[in-house]
Amino acid sequence: MSVLVYIEHAEGSVKKTSLEAVSYGKALSEKLSAGEVIAVALGRLDSGELANVGQAGADKVIHVDDEKLNAGVIQAHAEAVAKVYQQSGSSTLVLAKSSMGDAVAARLAVKLGAALVSNVVDLPDTSNGYKVKRSIYTGKAFAETSVNKEHKILAVKKNAVDLKMNGSAAPVEKVDLDIAPANFVTEITSTDKATGEVLLPEADIVVSGGRGMKGPENWNLIEDLAKELGAGTGCSKPVSDIGWRPHHEHVGQTGVKVAPSLYVAVGISGAIQHLAGVNSSKCIVVINKDAEAPFFKAADYGIVGDAFEVLPKLTEAVKALK
Amino acid sequence: MKILVCITHVPDTTSKIQFTDNNTKFDKNGVQFIIGPYDDYALARAVELKEQLGATLTVINVGEAETEPTLRKALAIGADDAIRVNAFPSDSLFVAKQIAAIAKENNYDLIMMGRESIDFNGGMVHGMVGEMLGIPSVSPVMKLEIEGDTVKMAREIEGGKEHLEAKLPLVAGCQEPIAEWKIPNMRGIMSARTKPLQVVDPAGEEIATEVTTYQLPPAKGTVKLVDKDNVEELVKLLKNEAKVL
Repeated sequence: MSVLVYIEHAEGSVKKTSLEAVSYGKALSEKLSAGEVIAVALGRLDSGELANVGQAGADKVIHVDDEKLNAGVIQAHAEAVAKVYQQSGSSTLVLAKSSMGDAVAARLAVKLGAALVSNVVDLPDTSNGYKVKRSIYTGKAFAETSVNKEHKILAVKKNAVDLKMNGSAAPVEKVDLDIAPANFVTEITSTDKATGEVLLPEADIVVSGGRGMKGPENWNLIEDLAKELGAGTGCSKPVSDIGWRPHHEHVGQTGVKVAPSLYVAVGISGAIQHLAGVNSSKCIVVINKDAEAPFFKAADYGIVGDAFEVLPKLTEAVKALK
Repeated sequence: MKILVCITHVPDTTSKIQFTDNNTKFDKNGVQFIIGPYDDYALARAVELKEQLGATLTVINVGEAETEPTLRKALAIGADDAIRVNAFPSDSLFVAKQIAAIAKENNYDLIMMGRESIDFNGGMVHGMVGEMLGIPSVSPVMKLEIEGDTVKMAREIEGGKEHLEAKLPLVAGCQEPIAEWKIPNMRGIMSARTKPLQVVDPAGEEIATEVTTYQLPPAKGTVKLVDKDNVEELVKLLKNEAKVL
């Protein structure tokens, strides 16, 4: 018996959300005596980087070092993970929620005849059956969900457990798999990647701007603060709808859902749809010149004031802290 | 060309979420139900494709009789006919099985739906349907064009997008900006009343997961306001009190 964790990587590094999933797998294994924690990585990646996955709690890393798996072809990844799952005799698969994680998990649930729970926010409770707590209604509620199958897939939401990098390097085992060409019929022709930025869904701090920023030309104020904080930048739906900022920065019910330690909202009134995208944040700071903005009700800290005055001062104050 | 769009029947995005019966049931009292916002994008793009390619467009929902007004709205927006699988949509695997069973009978070229429902947010049904039918599934799709039997798509990935090509048949989980939401016009609303809405029995009853209880998040305390001329105080609080810096 073992717990298998699907690892995603980008630009030569294992994603932080995947390391969190490994820590989740480790905590689950300890709590339920579920055996070894095995991480599986697909495509070209440095072995040293993979060994580091051990620090997050993996006992072993299986590396399918196949160039064809470099690109995230959903079917091919699902097929590869299914093979590793079966060969390793696992009973639980853990992965981080992401555009790739979701897509792979769904196909795996069917391939493995497994029960799947998405948006998991805590470790399973086995005091009476096997129950998992998950976030629903875009963070507005939780559902205790009983899982009625032997094989289980848990798609874990960010911050479900703390990332612990206190383990030791894990042995990396290279495995060759024969993935049928039929799994590669979807072709990724090109990728546009925002480079040099903190990825929003994975950011530990997020600074977002709304219509109160008055125009895209003022975004340097948001970016300056974000840079000092090491934060990702986001925006409200109106801002991405008018085209001030790219769509992938839209935070909210129908955009990116973030779960950072700190969320700073500037010039965003706090419509319920925006709050749905940020309500898993640990700490929320709202800066708005309208003291009546509904966002203040959802905030931990607030400043009533003009963004154009407050932001430069705040950036300086953060700089002074260092 | 035959297109199937899967529609969820979900509380309006502004709804206050509450539960009844000892936190075992969703409280529908005062809640307005809508077509899932992501499904609405899928439907809007499907209507455009229908007009462009002369396709037929069917909408499907897995749900009890109360979801029919939502299906009628989809018909008013431009679908030709509707199917309701008469069952409570207990989990994503169950819903996917129902859709796959209907799809097997009808051989759709393109199956579209939202990237996720906004009630349970699983984002899994499209992938499951793809696997059940042995065809590709792509999500979240923000652009979808059809040229012959080739589907050209853009898919959102963390911090960017990916351009892909695949052949039909295919399942796509959609999101903005794939198309603009369409508002039904009067002619659409009138014609929707008489368009066919077929009710079918579910295939199989196996339930892999089941919600036992619901919970609301703990109430947020009151906001601590810091004077705008003393932002250093905010930084101190974030460092020493909230411990997030």
